[in-house]
Amino acid sequence: MTIYEVFRQERKGQPFAHAGSVVAPDATFADAWAREQYGRRGESEALWLVPREAIHQITEWADEFDLKYRRVDGYSIKARLAEARERAGTAST
Amino acid sequence: MSARAQRVLELADDELILDWRDSERTGIAPTLEEDVAFSSIAQNEIGHARALYELAAGELGTDADALAFDREPGEYRCAQLVELHLMDWAHTIARRYLYEEADRVRVEALKRSDDAELSGLAAKIDREETYHRLHAEMWAARLHDEPRFRAAVEELWPYALGVLDPELRPELARRVGLSVESTQAVERGEHRPELAELWSEMTEVRRSAPGQQW
Repeated sequence: MTIYEVFRQERKGQPFAHAGSVVAPDATFADAWAREQYGRRGESEALWLVPREAIHQITEWADEFDLKYRRVDGYSIKARLAEARERAGTAST
Repeated sequence: MSARAQRVLELADDELILDWRDSERTGIAPTLEEDVAFSSIAQNEIGHARALYELAAGELGTDADALAFDREPGEYRCAQLVELHLMDWAHTIARRYLYEEADRVRVEALKRSDDAELSGLAAKIDREETYHRLHAEMWAARLHDEPRFRAAVEELWPYALGVLDPELRPELARRVGLSVESTQAVERGEHRPELAELWSEMTEVRRSAPGQQW
């Protein structure tokens, strides 16, 4: 049996979001089962079925030198934005 | 009752009773995924039964619910294939497969009917059946060499023939690779004792409050 991860698009143009999975012997069964499980109430515009093994996952991150300047925490975009708006004369009141 | 109304009721009763039977698998299908899919397909088919009852009801001056629930068991026109109370998955899926194949042959014939209302409804049902057929076919393909499935198909074959009028049977036989002459069809008309049990459960709520609007 293969685990197929199911991604669901709710409306045209929207991003696909992970909805769950189906466990099926092959793609034909996965199709039939996912169709009924994730689409029978008209809740999906489209589905993506992806064998779990096909997904390349990344969970390890190297940050040995504490490169704070590359991160956005502590950087207030709000203040910067307000300043820029003022300069452009489009400040909201 | 006109031959047309009787024909439509045969179809509607086949759908309603089979889907009632298939709903009995809810919670006990072989896998969680199949459980959801099988129940969902059964629900969908009940929608076809409703459309067919509505068509007959227009002619008979009644409504779909009355036709589905207010007749006596002996008045139902369904084939014995759909009445059988089957306990195991091999038989359940073999019946679904044989029924889908028989229904395909029947719906094809109805699509060619001169009766525009009937051929229109048949075409609509046909479009929805695509995925139900894929479901039945994928199971039949997967279990093709499984002895329990083969035995179930052969056991149910005489009942499957009884779903169709004699002139449509050779086409069904060709589709499933069996022969019309190999057996005696179980003809429509007589009912199995288990239909009465099913009927009693199916109509219980309706009978408990006659005339109630739901």
